[in-house]
This record gives sequence, structure tokens and C-alpha cells, in this order.
Amino acid sequence: MNYFPDEVLEHVFDFITSHKDRNSVSLVCKSWYKIEKFSRQKVFIGNCYSISPERLIARFPGLKSLTLKGKPHFADFNLVPDDWGGFLYPWIKAMAKSRIGLEELRLKRMVVSDESLELLSKSFPNFRSLVLVSCEGFSTDGLAAIAANCKLLRELDLQENEVEDHRGHWLSCFPETSTSLVSLNFACLKGEINLASLERLVARSPNLKSLRLNRAVPFDMLQKLLMRAPQLVDLGTGSYVHDPSSEAYNKLKAAIQSCNSIRSLSGFLEVAPRCMSAIYPICKNLTFLNLSYAAGLQSNELTNLIQHCRKLQRLWILDCIGDKGLGVVASTCKELQELRVFPSDPFDAGNAAVTEEGLVLVSAGCPKLNSLLYFCQQMTNAALITVAKNCFGAIVRSCKGLKRLSLSGLLTDQVFYYIGMYAKQLEMLSIAFAGDSDKGMLYVLNGCKKLRKLEIRDCPFGDAALLEDMGKYETMRSLWMSSCEVTLGACKTLAKKMPNLNVEIINESEQVEFNLDDRLKVDKMYLYRTVVGHRKDAPEFVWLL
Amino acid sequence: MSVIEFDGHNITVSVKDVEAILGLKNESVDIHEVVSKENVKELDANYNLNSFVNHVQINRFRTFSPANLKAVIGLLLLVPSLTLRRIRSYLEKFWVLMSPPLLGVEEEVQSNVSSPSVDCGLGLKERNYLGLSDCSSVDSSGVSSLPDNNKNNLNLKATELRLGLPGSQSPARETELCLLNSGKLDEKPLFPLLPSKDGICPSSQKNVVAGNKRGFSDTMDGFSEVKGYAYAEKSWMFHDAGSDSESPQTVGHGKYPGNSGANVILSARSPGAQASVKKDEPANVLQKQPHATNGINLKQTDISNNKSSAPAAKAQVVGWPPVRSFRTKTLATSSKNNDEVDGKPGPAALFVKVSMDGAPYLRKVDLTTYSTYRELSSALEKMFSCFTLGQCGSHGAAGKEILSQSKLKDLLHGSEYVLTYKDKDGDWMLVGDVPWEMFVETCKRLKIMKSSDAIGLAPRATEKSKVIN
Repeated sequence: MNYFPDEVLEHVFDFITSHKDRNSVSLVCKSWYKIEKFSRQKVFIGNCYSISPERLIARFPGLKSLTLKGKPHFADFNLVPDDWGGFLYPWIKAMAKSRIGLEELRLKRMVVSDESLELLSKSFPNFRSLVLVSCEGFSTDGLAAIAANCKLLRELDLQENEVEDHRGHWLSCFPETSTSLVSLNFACLKGEINLASLERLVARSPNLKSLRLNRAVPFDMLQKLLMRAPQLVDLGTGSYVHDPSSEAYNKLKAAIQSCNSIRSLSGFLEVAPRCMSAIYPICKNLTFLNLSYAAGLQSNELTNLIQHCRKLQRLWILDCIGDKGLGVVASTCKELQELRVFPSDPFDAGNAAVTEEGLVLVSAGCPKLNSLLYFCQQMTNAALITVAKNCFGAIVRSCKGLKRLSLSGLLTDQVFYYIGMYAKQLEMLSIAFAGDSDKGMLYVLNGCKKLRKLEIRDCPFGDAALLEDMGKYETMRSLWMSSCEVTLGACKTLAKKMPNLNVEIINESEQVEFNLDDRLKVDKMYLYRTVVGHRKDAPEFVWLL
Repeated sequence: MSVIEFDGHNITVSVKDVEAILGLKNESVDIHEVVSKENVKELDANYNLNSFVNHVQINRFRTFSPANLKAVIGLLLLVPSLTLRRIRSYLEKFWVLMSPPLLGVEEEVQSNVSSPSVDCGLGLKERNYLGLSDCSSVDSSGVSSLPDNNKNNLNLKATELRLGLPGSQSPARETELCLLNSGKLDEKPLFPLLPSKDGICPSSQKNVVAGNKRGFSDTMDGFSEVKGYAYAEKSWMFHDAGSDSESPQTVGHGKYPGNSGANVILSARSPGAQASVKKDEPANVLQKQPHATNGINLKQTDISNNKSSAPAAKAQVVGWPPVRSFRTKTLATSSKNNDEVDGKPGPAALFVKVSMDGAPYLRKVDLTTYSTYRELSSALEKMFSCFTLGQCGSHGAAGKEILSQSKLKDLLHGSEYVLTYKDKDGDWMLVGDVPWEMFVETCKRLKIMKSSDAIGLAPRATEKSKVIN
């Protein structure tokens, strides 16, 4: 390959888009490394502490698109204290300083300050896409800066962030000349917005494909927006409450008819069930349906809707759909790949509407299922095995597999045995209140070759399991164990033997002394591979071993 | 201020308002008469029949006559999961009811409670005011019924009633409470302090016991047991009443075993009402509620230490079930139909409850966001159309489809329904008679009533309702 000029190689490499493949390419030889390095535009960093901003910039100076993830997944469930880390600012600062031509930034579970958003908006003239998922630390003021300064902004996608809503005019900060918007999602904002500005913005954005409104956008505005943007592919409704015999409702029905491109539908935080029939015409084309916030819809309303959705690939729904409803899903949505069933009332154990039965139905009826999130009250080993066989049986045949699984309940080690045996594609596993002994964890560690993230809470796994195969953790992104049987001594041992791992102990009690008994059980441990050693921004309650 | 305030997890009951609204001044009102179906529905809806009260905050009690007590008990009983026995036991443990010494003490002997109150090192006398029958609401400040050996801790306004805070079991909590008690003595003099892990009050700590067991039954006569749940372990978390700071300072936890005397250790909140049975089922462990989503107040305290050492599996668990807090908050907001989310309009907001006959739950509106009757009316239309529409199809029972056939517009503007409100004096009035500004000032609550019910309000209800248009 030496006789190919660099430009040719670069051109070839342009076709290689997957991170894994590009990583492999860069290992072939020095010249390939060099060419790949300078031509790499997209970088994915699953753990922001596995590398530093400076090293990233040095490694990939041509960086244009960055994905960063911060806090451990269990932070979603309040297991990680607020100040743990995951700050965006250092990254923006470093990239601005080095004049990186950043165009896209995608963040998950990071702490994003208004300051960092402002710096971002002013430092990268070609910036066009900001996606924030489960982030926090910013307000609508930061959004205003983005809107005002990013002249080429195409995408502003805010998913489930905790945003301090100053009810400012951030929407009005989009200059009247900006017509480049392709995707706008502000569903997670709680405050009022300027409806007139919104309408004008939508009207002057002919490329707008994705629009997700927040609760403050009323029903009649939805209709107006749809009239302006019939080309929408992804729609998230605001408040969906109205009188079905009203003029506004009829107008909406008409407007929806002309929205032939809608493939993805979400929203419905406030919903009048009788208005759902307006949606039916677009159901046949839907590939993603998210009704997981539609607490106002009952089981039969949900099934009525879903019966029209034959092409559905991803479904997020509340458990009030019931087992019967899931049966309807199983028989209707043969293309289903991803199912998430959320509890409508997480704290009410009494009226769980779905059981393992629903899950078994879906696993049997939907051969393409590869992503599952399911809350139910009881799950027997037998059911889980059936599901595993149904899903994994297909895996063996078609080489697609369950990549991510979250389990809880008093499952025995046997379940993990099966997971280790069958779930060869498993990449992320969350376990809670399960297992009998260290064996459970070992089955998983040994069997799931592709495991990248393992998070465990309240399981009886201890030092033996933790230390059995320490090298395994270097093949994984991270391991979280909380309220298990792991001792401080074992963590220290692990940290000592594996210099490429950061072992963090998160200690929320009042005890400040570091030299505690090694036999002390650790409450929360988070370890991850890194090339930059201990992070500098750890708060006091995080001990870096 | 309404009789019962919900913010998602707290019930706030003010006796003063109870008195005023329930008209207990003459004390002969039977609590059951004044408790309306609406209140019950509201409580049910907001408390989700299978979960139970974790947080009862009683504010600013000025007096606590038996009549008042009746009122409060009656309201507490509306919460489906609180039984009489439970309330009684709790009151016995923690409340010292104070009233001026001029009131005599009547002793009633009938009581289910067998264990004597524990006098834990304070030398507090047991007071027994519950048996008093003729105590009117007296604002008696300055008379302290408690002995002085409680030091300055008990320098309270004599008529204030505070809830005791059961201590918690985690060391962190103990520290918290200790500090708290030394620092904020004026406000929480009556708190039993930290129980040790096995629930026995350390002798060095103060404990306040309400010794009103005997008199209690008298007051309770009027009530019947509302529910028969077995509450082996429930979680009651109590704020100190009347705390001024934003954070509730302490939230105690402990187990609450009937009448074991010394201290109450409340287990963590658990969802199922049928507690004793379910608790043994392992699967239910999974369903325990995480604290962190329990509302803003609780976040202030170190919730994550809330794992109770109840013999049954961990009753209260952080981060369980694993639902993102964003989702929990959003759903909670939706389901409780509570408009008071983050980003309140500001201190001038004036939220009043709106109920509608036949609707399963109430809503709240901020009157300051409207400037005319028309705006209010159309906002209410929007809000309640989903009730009228939601009724149909989901249940199917013809009997429940009261509203299904008519449009809400007609309901509000036509002959079927009228919009009424309750004013400061507690009278139900027709909306629209007075200038808007005056209405906003006096309106305490809104109700969409059937015209037939509203006949007493105004001679020509139909015509009046047209005025609202």
C-alpha cells in the first residue's frame, strides 16, 4: 500500500465511518495511522475521563464532531451525587483554544454550564449541531446564546435535560435570517415559550425535519406549525388536549393528512384520548412511537392506536398498556426492534399492569427485537429463559443479538449462567437485587465477550468475583458496583494491579478518614479504563484509589 | 388557603382554615357531614390508593381544641391509607396537646392502647386534653404546659402543637438531628430524638410522649375505621411543623410499631398498602420508592441514607425502581395535574383548585395568568375537555358517561353546568357577578357544578352563566 498517495488513502478512509473500523485502520501501519489521524472527523468518547481534551485534540486535530458521555449510567437513578463530575467546560475551552473546527457536539449526562454554552456558541463558526441528553447545569440563557450566535445551526436537540427555565426569549434569539434549522427539540423545557417566534421560526425553516414541542405549546399552535412544516419527519406534540368537535381539531386533522413524511411521533404529555384518532392516518408509516409520557391514555386507547402501526420499529410505552396490549403489539408490530415499557407509577407496586406474560408475548411475536426495557412486578426464571430463547434463538440464526439488558429481582445465578451462555452480543448489562453468589457475576464476565458496561447494585457479588479476571475490565468501558459485597481492600488491590483503570470510591458518609479498614464494604465503586490516570476534578467524596 | 394542600407529597392542614371552612366554631358539626366527596376523591387521586402518606405537615396550630382535633383527624382519615388506630397511636407518641390550664381534664378509659406512655427522662407529664369536650379555640399564648426542665428547648408558644420527629437510624441522621435540636430549639421542642437502632430511646435524649391515650377514644367516637390495612411497616416522615427555613431541616425515619412506647422507627416509604404480606415477597423489594424523587423538600436531607433496617428487605431504596428522575418528575406533574412546576410565575401566583362534578381528579389554575372571565373560562374548557372526553371509551359503563355526550363548551356556557367559586367566607357563588379583580381577590376555589346543584346560588343560573360568556 505504500504506493498509494495519501490523498487516495484519505479518500478511501472517508468511506470508513464506524469508529471501530477507523480505530482498526489506524493500527495498520504508521502512515495509515497518520492519514487516519488527520482525516478523522468524528470521535466518540464513552467516558469523558478516559482521555483528556488535550490528548484528544493532539490525536485528532481535524476533529469536527464529538460525542461525550459523562456520569455513570446509574446517575440517572440518583445513585451518583450531584457534584461527581462530567463537566463540559474544559473540553470547550481546550477546543476553542486549539481552534478546532467543531461542528457537532453530542453530550450525555454531562454538566453543561451556561458559560460553556456561550463559549461554544462564540468559538466555532461552523457549529451546526448540539444534542444534549440527560444533561444539567444550564438554563434557557445558554440556549439563547446558542440560538443567537450559531449562525449555521441546524440541530438543537434537548432530550430529558434538567434545564433551568428563565422563560426568556431564547426562541426569539434565532436571527430572522437563520433558515438552516433541521431539527429542534425543546420538549424537556418546562416554561412558556414565545409562540409567535416559534411559528415564524418554523415558517422560515424549509429544511425542518424534526420538531418536538414542549407542554407549553397548545393544541391549536400544533396545527399551525404542521401547516407550515408538512415535510416533518419527526414530530413531538405539545399539549394535545382539545375538544374533538371543535374547529381547531378539524384543522389539525386536515393538517396531519398532508404530513406524509412523519415517521416518528412523541409527546402527548397532556392528552385528550378522543383526539388520538386524528393521528391514525400517519400511523401506518410510523417507525418510532414514544408514548412513554402519555399518562392520559388508557390501555385500549393505546392498542387502538398501535393497531395502525404495522411498521413500528421502536416503541416506548407506559405499562398501562397491559399484557393484553402487549399481545396486540406482538401481533401487529412485526418489525419491532426496540421496546421500552415504563412504569406509569413507579412507586405503586399494587397495580402493575404488565407482567412477564406480556414480555413473553412480545419476545415470541417480534423476531427482530433487539432492545428491551421492561418494568414488571415479577419475573420468573422460566419466563426470562423463554424470552432469552425467543430472542436469542433468533440471534443464533440471524446474528443479531441482545446488546443491552437490565435485570432485577430475585433472580438466581442460573439466570446469569444463561446470559453468559447465550448473550454473546451483550454489550451493556445492568443488574439489581439479583444473583446468589459470586458465580453469577463470573458467569457474565466470562461469557459475555462483548461486554462493555456492567453496572450492578445491591447484589451479593464480592471480592472473588471482582478480582477473578481483572484484565477483563480493560476490555470494558466501565464497571459500577454499589451496595454489593465488595471490600475496600479488593478495590485497592484492583487499582494497584491495573494502572490503566481508575477505581473510584464514592463515599457519601461523613467519614473522612481514608485509612479505613480494608475489610470495609464499599458502598459505591465505579471503575473505568483510562489513558490519563486520575482525574483532577474529582470532588471530595470521591476517592481515587 | 385551602383546607388541604398537596404538593405531591405533603399534606398541609391548617386548623385555622379547617375551623373556618368546616364551620367548627360551634363544634357540633359532625365531621362526616362536612367532609365532601370531593375531598375524598381528591385525596385518593393525589395519594394513589395504594401508597400512603409519608409526609404530614401541620402548620401553625394556634389552638388545639378537641373540635379542632376532630377536624384534623377527620381530614387525615380521608387519606385512605391512614387508619384511625394509626393516627391515634401516632398522636399518642408524639403530640402533646396543650391548652390553657383552665380546661379541665377528663379521663376516658376506653382505649385500645395498652402500653403506658413512656416517660423518657424528661419528666414530662402526660397531658390529656383530648377528652375535653368544651374547649373552644382559644388562642392562649404564653401558657406552657410543659415542665421547665426541658430547658429552653421547650420555650414554645404554649398552644403550638408540633409533630415529633422520629429519629433515624443512620449515623449521619443522628448527627443531623442532634445538631438540629440544639440549634433550633424554639421550633422543635417536643421532638423525640434519635432512637437507637433497636428503637429504644436513649435515656440521655429527650423524648416527648403524648399521654393522651385514654382520652383519645372519646374523640374518636365519631369516627369509624376507614380502612383496614395492616400496617406492619409504614413510613412516616415528618417535618417539624412550622419550620421557617426552606429546607425541612430534618426528616426523621423510624419504624412505627403500634404501641411499643419509646420511639418510633419508621421504615422507609414502601408502596404497597398491604404491607405485611407483600413485604415478604422479594419482588416487592424492587418496587420500593426511591427517595430522591419524593419532592423538593426531601432532597435537602440525605435521602440516600434512608435504608431502613427493617427486618424485611430494604424497604426504601434510592434509585429504585430505575426510572430516570426526569421521567418521574414529568409523570408526576402530569398525573397530578399540578400546574405548579418549576418556574412558577412568581410570588404573586394565585393557585386555586378547580373541580368538576364527575371528573376523577382536580386541577389547579393560577388566577393571575388570566385577566378576564373569558380567558379563565376558555382555559377551563381546555383543561376539562379531556375529562369529558376521557370518560368515554375507557370505562364503557354507560353510567359513567355523564359528560360524554355534551361538549364542554355547552357545559360551561349552556344550561348543563355553571362555574362557581367559593369565596373567603366559605360561600359558594356564581362566577361572573363581580368585577374580575375582586373575583381574583376573593376566590378560593372553583367548581364546575351542574346547574341543578347551583340553583341555590342565584335565581336565574342559566342567565347568569350567559353573562360569563
